[in-house]
Amino acid sequence: MSVRMILICLACLIGAPAWSQGFAGLGEQADGFAVPARGRALDFPTDHGAHPEYRIEWWYVTANLRGADGRDYGIQWTLFRSALAPVATDGWDSPQIWMGHAAITTPDVHFVAERFARDGVGQAGVIADPYEVWIDDWAMAGADVSDVALRARGDDFSYDLRLSADGPLVAHGDAGYSVKSASGQASYYYSQPFYEVTGTLNLPDGPVEVRGQAWLDREWSSQPLDPGQRGWDWVSLHFDDDTRMMGFQLRQEDGDAYTSGTWITPDGGAAPMADGSVILTPLAETTVAGREVPTKWRVEVPARGVDVEITALNPNAWMDTLFAYWEGPVRITGSHNGTGYLEMTGY
Amino acid sequence: MMRAVFQALIGHWRRHLVQLISLLAGLALATALWTGVQAINAQARQSYDQAAGLVQQNQFDRLLATDGGTVDQARYIALRRAGWLVSPVVSEQVETPDGPIRVLGIDPVTAPMAAQPAQIQRDDFDLSAFFARDGVVFAAPDGAERAAARFPDLRVIEDAQVPPNTVLMDVGVAQGALNLGAQLSYLIVLPEQPAGLLELSDLAPDLRLRAGEQGTDIARLTDSFHLNLTAFGLLSFAVGLFIVHSSIGLAFEQRRTTFRTLRAIGVPLRTLFAVLVAEVLVLALIAGAVGVVLGYGIAATLLPDVAATLRGLYGASVGGVLALPPIWWLGGIAIAVLGTLVAAAQSLWRLARLPILAAAKPRAWGHAGPRAWVMPVGAAVGLAVVGAVALRVLPGIAGGFVLLGAGMIAAAILLPVVLAIALHLISGRARAPMAHWFWADTRQQLPGLSLALMALMLALAVNVGVGTMVSSFRQTFTGWLDQRLASELYVTAPSAEAAEDLRAWMAARDDIDAALPIWSVEGMLNGAPGQVFGVADHATYRDNWPMLALAPDGWDRLAAGQGVLINEQIYRRDDLDLGELVSLPDGTQMPVLGVYSDYGNPLGQVMIGIDALTARFPNVERLRYALRVDADQAATIRAAMLRDLEWPEDAVNNQAVVKRVSLQIFERTFQVTAALNILTLGVAAVAMFMSLLTLSSMRLPQVAPVWAVGTTRRDLARLEVLRSAILALFTMVYALPVGLGLAWGLLAVVNVAAFGWKLPMFLFPADWAWLAIWAVLAGVAAAAWPAWRMSRISPSDLLKVFANER
Repeated sequence: MSVRMILICLACLIGAPAWSQGFAGLGEQADGFAVPARGRALDFPTDHGAHPEYRIEWWYVTANLRGADGRDYGIQWTLFRSALAPVATDGWDSPQIWMGHAAITTPDVHFVAERFARDGVGQAGVIADPYEVWIDDWAMAGADVSDVALRARGDDFSYDLRLSADGPLVAHGDAGYSVKSASGQASYYYSQPFYEVTGTLNLPDGPVEVRGQAWLDREWSSQPLDPGQRGWDWVSLHFDDDTRMMGFQLRQEDGDAYTSGTWITPDGGAAPMADGSVILTPLAETTVAGREVPTKWRVEVPARGVDVEITALNPNAWMDTLFAYWEGPVRITGSHNGTGYLEMTGY
Repeated sequence: MMRAVFQALIGHWRRHLVQLISLLAGLALATALWTGVQAINAQARQSYDQAAGLVQQNQFDRLLATDGGTVDQARYIALRRAGWLVSPVVSEQVETPDGPIRVLGIDPVTAPMAAQPAQIQRDDFDLSAFFARDGVVFAAPDGAERAAARFPDLRVIEDAQVPPNTVLMDVGVAQGALNLGAQLSYLIVLPEQPAGLLELSDLAPDLRLRAGEQGTDIARLTDSFHLNLTAFGLLSFAVGLFIVHSSIGLAFEQRRTTFRTLRAIGVPLRTLFAVLVAEVLVLALIAGAVGVVLGYGIAATLLPDVAATLRGLYGASVGGVLALPPIWWLGGIAIAVLGTLVAAAQSLWRLARLPILAAAKPRAWGHAGPRAWVMPVGAAVGLAVVGAVALRVLPGIAGGFVLLGAGMIAAAILLPVVLAIALHLISGRARAPMAHWFWADTRQQLPGLSLALMALMLALAVNVGVGTMVSSFRQTFTGWLDQRLASELYVTAPSAEAAEDLRAWMAARDDIDAALPIWSVEGMLNGAPGQVFGVADHATYRDNWPMLALAPDGWDRLAAGQGVLINEQIYRRDDLDLGELVSLPDGTQMPVLGVYSDYGNPLGQVMIGIDALTARFPNVERLRYALRVDADQAATIRAAMLRDLEWPEDAVNNQAVVKRVSLQIFERTFQVTAALNILTLGVAAVAMFMSLLTLSSMRLPQVAPVWAVGTTRRDLARLEVLRSAILALFTMVYALPVGLGLAWGLLAVVNVAAFGWKLPMFLFPADWAWLAIWAVLAGVAAAAWPAWRMSRISPSDLLKVFANER
């Protein structure tokens, strides 16, 4: 594939150490791309659509599912948009590239697929209203974002799910302005953490009916990570008491980390958690794809009385895509119980 | 001291300039042939690697419009959105003032990695510049100028990875540049597809799938070609080493007195040895460097032919520009040095064991008695065993080549023995004393000349062998073309509807004698992929088809659907016989009624009656016909057909044109071989010259008595030339069966392994006569200078032989 160039941008945001280096000197209006600004209110349904003037954007669904066979599953459905220039046109010359990642994680196996598409010809895209996000035959679509059908297919798996939200959208950071470093890099970031899921996973051994909870992340930005940041660890947690939390840390080369998070009450109330409020401590590592990746963590939020251990359902949930990372479902035990998703980049 | 020793030794070369030049020339020529062949091979391989994914998007399955037109871009999007992993391609030939160039538009985001230049994938490449309407395009160095002239708005970047004569750009840019609108030429179907997709035939009934070309067959075919070339290169180098061996041997022999003197005045053996090794190395480096440059020249001269050959024969594209890595240059020089050391090993070994005050008497001749024959005969038998075993043990072509190589070396080793026996028999019959002396003296010289004669023999045998193969190939192929292309016009309708039009058009004309369907299906034949063709019952086939075997009433039974004809490839592969059963793609089996030759086809093929074909495979595409018309009218009818039916030019082929193009391809194939043949013969002639030169300076003790009893120097010189010519002629006589054996091996063993068919062998005595003349001329030329020197030798030198025993 020829999209390594594009992935540099992605890597900057997700934080691959080698690549983020080159963008250290980019100024506020880097290459003419728009830069997130504090105080700009999110505008729906428009903001469900694409923002081609920003360098990078994603529609990111993860779901913790329980099969009729009693087993736990996780699925991922992601559409990335990466801009080569801050415009979109109708036709092949549109300088935007789309990339899809899909996965099903079972306790034993991790299935992965990826897709690439050009912009401007209809192979992939996003329509805000009525809501449709697609690449090839993978799609997340519905009358609006609160009720969507989600499907994807790989060489040896596919899934067909229905996601219905029973809560509101949640804006992270300062009303959707999410800061990523002490020096001020930021993105726009909101989520729909209240999806209830039903549907079917088609695995090599046959179809499995599933139910569970899903979480949609929407994020767009132009700014790279801080040059000293090596990668990130991100969690979305559904606790059994119906509270939820999102937390992430951006690991720095000096061993410190910049952390952030959002505490979400059952009715959708969102409270940002400032740097230092969330503590993520790796407890055990697994060798995956030749790298040491922590697949068991201690997550602490002292202010909320949270002190839990999260353990990967399948430690080998390595996304062996062109740009590789770890993404998979976790079980939560400790002060709170539940399920969630863990994403780790830069290992 | 080192310096003094060096000067003493180097003085020899100053006095024997011809010898020095011959040594350098021989080694340089040998290195040149070897490196030239390597360069051609390397270039060709590099070109396949580059072209593998690019030109040969052919390797991937593709979807084409059934009607022969373009594919709607909306169809592409629809297929993607149905989950099919396809990638859009625009491929059009456009005219420029300097000739046509192909525009290849790809989508780097969805195209398989192999189908795009590496440059696009580099981190620092600006993909948006590639997408932009006024963007960056890539062209092979040979096409960049034309591309820039044709598309002044685009920025052309040279990229050796782009196939020759092609300009590669984004699919959208290509659409714009060619005013195609939202149309595509075809879609690449990626090899890996998700499970559970809807059928292509349902999703896109207006598109048809064309299977990608099998890369392995191309690789196998071109491998055989390269193996051929490499064998040639190795042979040339071996012949060259004979030269080096005899020159260095000569230089050592002539300097024995110098060595003795140097050792006697106290030069340690080690110093002498070191200086001589250094001398050999310096000579090898100089000759190697010259040889590598010459090799580059040979490669650059032959490459266009090679490129044409490979493209024509195997569809493999080779760039015409020679680009060689430093390792190639170093490798060429290294092999020259290595070869020289091997050739000098014997002489150095003798020097190391030389007693200080040994009689510095050059060994002018050895004993050529039956005792000396045990070794060569034993070695030849051993080689024969090696060859026979290799043929059984090694797979395919390799075994064949080992057999041929072993056979050639064995023949070379036996040459002196056979010549000695022949000379022995002749000298026994000679009555006149002078004749008796002549034959006996010739026999005595054999050991000194044997290496050169072996080299000459190898060169001649290769000439006979390869010449026979080429001519046989050409004769067979021409005859086969006449048979297979018996019809005057070959028509391919672009679509089923067009075929209906064609049938109506033909029915309305009275100048078409017959329209013979050429309909086929692909599938498994006896478990391997192949084709089934239907044939009409017509005299065209009965009279012309190139049958190797045919059962009685074979054609009648074929027409009645009672059996099949198979091509030689299946026949040999599955070891079938007439009457045995072949399994067809529909799962049934039919008996073999006959076998026909099918050169150039890597796959198995079966012919059945046309009615049997349509009955078994009702969905067979009915698009192709062979038309029998008056040969004089063929061009007129073709033009009328194209005009009336509004078909593209390539829909109707004129048999005469097809034949001409096919023959051209084969002619080119062997031009390369012919060139190498001539060069090898030249190297052998130099080898012989060197050997004669060596001998002539050592033979005074043998010649002086003959002079003393009254033979003039002029007559002695004439006898020298005569002797050389006779030896060359004898060698040619010996080389003839060896060469024919080689030809047989190439045609019946290597060819079957490489291509799956056997060629009949034809003999061309006129070519041999010419070769014999050339061999004699080479012998005469090689002896001319030594003989001239003999005719000029001063009588006092001859007298010294009696005065001074050295």
